[in-house]
Amino acid sequence: MSEAVADPTPPSGDDDAVLEVRGLHVSFEGRVGLGAGVAGKKASVSRAVDGVDLTLRRGEVLALAGESGCGKTTLARTIMGLQQPKLGEIRFEGEPLGTSTKVLREYRRRVQIVFQDPTSALNPRQTIYESVAEGLRIHGVTSQDGMSEEQLVARALARSGLRPPERFYLVYPHELSGGQRQRVVIAGALVLDPEIIVADEPVSSLDASVRGEILKLLLGLRDDFGIAMLVVTHDLGLAWTIADRVAVMYLGRIVEIGPAEDVLTEPLHPYTKALLEVVPEAGGLKRPFLTGEPPDPTQIPEGCRFHPRCPELISGAAAAAGVEARCRGEDLGLVELRPDHFAACHVAAARHGDAVPSATT
Amino acid sequence: MSVLSVHDLAVTYASQAGAIPAVRDVSLDIDHGEVLGLAGESGCGKSTVVNAILRLLPPGATTTGQVLLNDEDVLTMKPGHLRAVRWTGASVVFQGAMHALNPVQRIGDQLAEAAVIHRLSNQKEALVRAGDLLEKVGLPPRRIRDYPHELSGGQKQRVMIAMALACTPSLIIADEPTTALDVMVQAQVLKLLNELQHEMGLAMLFITHDLSVLVEVCDRLAIMYAGKIVEEGPSAAVFGNPAHPYTTALAAAFPTIGDQRFRRAPSGLGGDPPQPDSIPSGCSFHPRCPVAFDECPTVVPDLYEAGEQRRAACLLVRDQAGVPT
Repeated sequence: MSEAVADPTPPSGDDDAVLEVRGLHVSFEGRVGLGAGVAGKKASVSRAVDGVDLTLRRGEVLALAGESGCGKTTLARTIMGLQQPKLGEIRFEGEPLGTSTKVLREYRRRVQIVFQDPTSALNPRQTIYESVAEGLRIHGVTSQDGMSEEQLVARALARSGLRPPERFYLVYPHELSGGQRQRVVIAGALVLDPEIIVADEPVSSLDASVRGEILKLLLGLRDDFGIAMLVVTHDLGLAWTIADRVAVMYLGRIVEIGPAEDVLTEPLHPYTKALLEVVPEAGGLKRPFLTGEPPDPTQIPEGCRFHPRCPELISGAAAAAGVEARCRGEDLGLVELRPDHFAACHVAAARHGDAVPSATT
Repeated sequence: MSVLSVHDLAVTYASQAGAIPAVRDVSLDIDHGEVLGLAGESGCGKSTVVNAILRLLPPGATTTGQVLLNDEDVLTMKPGHLRAVRWTGASVVFQGAMHALNPVQRIGDQLAEAAVIHRLSNQKEALVRAGDLLEKVGLPPRRIRDYPHELSGGQKQRVMIAMALACTPSLIIADEPTTALDVMVQAQVLKLLNELQHEMGLAMLFITHDLSVLVEVCDRLAIMYAGKIVEEGPSAAVFGNPAHPYTTALAAAFPTIGDQRFRRAPSGLGGDPPQPDSIPSGCSFHPRCPVAFDECPTVVPDLYEAGEQRRAACLLVRDQAGVPT
C-alpha cells in the first residue's frame, strides 16, 4: 500500500506480538443530499480511525478506552475484518492479513468477537446448543482434539461457567438471564479455540452485580488458555479491574498507551487525565473537567487533535513549556516517555525531556 | 418537615400468572434541600417507586401505603388536584431525553407548555421564562426556537432539566438522568443538577443503577433489592462501608482506580437478580448471599439499626446488637 511505503513503520520488533495494526485508516463517506451537486457541496468524510498503530501481545488483556464516537468500535470491527481499512495493514502472527475469503475465514476462526448486547447477538429461534455449534459448522470442524462436536460444545459451555452443559443444550436465549446469555456468547467464541478474543463493551449491558462474574470469566480465559484479549470499553474502572495495558483513543487516534497501572494512576496525556477526572467517586463534583461535546470525526482539528479542548493549552501550561505553536500546528505521534508508556502530547514530551530511546522496548 | 414522605408503599402488578409484587413496604423521607439516592439493578422496583409517587402507574397496578408530598397524600387525591400537584409539587427528569421531547415542536413551546397549562402565565410570558430557564441550565436563551434534533444528547438532557424546573416544584425526581450520556457529558449534567439543587434548595430523589454516580451527588442512599429497601444511610458511609452484603457486592462493581484491592480482581455475585414473580423466601437475597446462614431462607429481616442514621435489612446486622426500628 502506497502509504505504508511512504511511512515505513517497522513491524515493531515486539516478539510477543500476536496482532499488529500499522498505520490504520478507516473512513466513512457522508451521504450527499439532493441538490448537493448544484450547490457544489461535497460529502463530508468521517475519519473514524485516523492512523492507528497498536500491538496486541500474546496472552495480554489490552483495554481500548475512549468516549463514544472516538472510533474504538470501528477499530475493533476493522481488526475483525468486518470493515475494510482505507490504508494500513493488520498483521496476525507476523503475517499481513490477506483479503481472500479463505484467508479471512481462517483468521476469523482464530480471532473471535464478543459483542456488547448478548440478547441481540443470539438468534432467539436457535437453541443454545445450535448457537454454540454454529461456529464449528461454519468452519467445517467436525472433531478436534479427538472430541466430537457435542463434546466440544459441552467443553465450551462448561468453560464459560454454564454447568452442567447438557442442561443448556435445548434451552432458548429468552429462558436465560442476561449474564447467562453473555456466557453463551463467550462459549460460542471459545468453541473454536481462538488465540484472540475481541470484546466490545462485554459487560455494559449487564446488571452491576453480574458484571464481576463475567469479567472474572474473561480473566480466567486469559490465565488458563493464554487467550489474548482486546477489550473495548468506555469504563476506566473496568480497565483497572482487568487490563494489563490500556490504550486511550481520541478522535480516531490512540493518544496514550502503556501499562494499566501507569496510565491510570500517572497519566501523561491531558485527555486521559480528563477522562479519569470524570470517573465518579465519593467526594462530590469538585473536580474540573472538559466542557463541550464529544468532537466530530468529520472535522479533525489541525495540529494536535485535542488542542481545542486541551486544559494544558487553555491554562497556559503549553505556552510555559514553549510548545504552544506546535500544539496548534504540529500533529504528534506516540512518543515513549516512560518505559513502555507512550503518549502523543507536545507538553508531556517537553516535560519529560527527550523520549526514552525506543531501543529499550 | 419532609417534602416527600413515603410510608409502607407496596405496588402489585396484575398479570395472567397472578399478582406480581414489584415494590414491597418501601418507606422514604426527603427533607428540604436534601438529595436521596435510590439504587438498585433492573427489575428491583426503583422505577415503579417513581411512578407510584406521581400516580403514573398503569391501571392494572394496585398501590397501598401513603405518599405524602408536602403533607398531602398523593394516593388519595382527587384527579383535578393531582393534576395541579404534578409538575408544581414534584416533577420528573426522565431517562432517555432523546425520546422524551416532541420532535416537531420547538424547545421554547415545550418548555412553556407546563406553565401555561398550570395557568402560571400566558404564552408570551411563558416563552420569556423558557428563555430564562434555558439560561439557568447553561444554554443560550435563543435556542428556544430550536427543534430537538438541533441539539446534542447532553443539551437535550439540559432541556429536560429546564422543563422539570418550569413550575418551580419543591421536589425533583431524576430517573436515570445520565444513563444514556457519554462520561464527559454525564459529568457536566451531574454538576448542573448539583448546582441547581444547591442554589434553589430543592429536594431531589435521584434514581440510578450506577452507585458511583449516587455517591457523588447524594446526601443519603437507599439500596433496593427485589422490591425492598435493604440498606439506607449517609451515602459515603453506605458506599464506603456497606452493612448489607448486597450493597458490598454492588459497591465492588464500581472499583476505585488506583485501589490495589480491585486490581485484576473483578468481583461479583453468582446468580442473577430475582424476577419479581419468583422472589425467594425469607431474606430475598439469601440465594446469592456469600454469608447466608441457616435462618436466612426462613426469616424475613426488618431494617435493623446499623450505626449512626443507618439501617440494613440483614440478620447479621440484627445479631450485631441491632434492634428493629
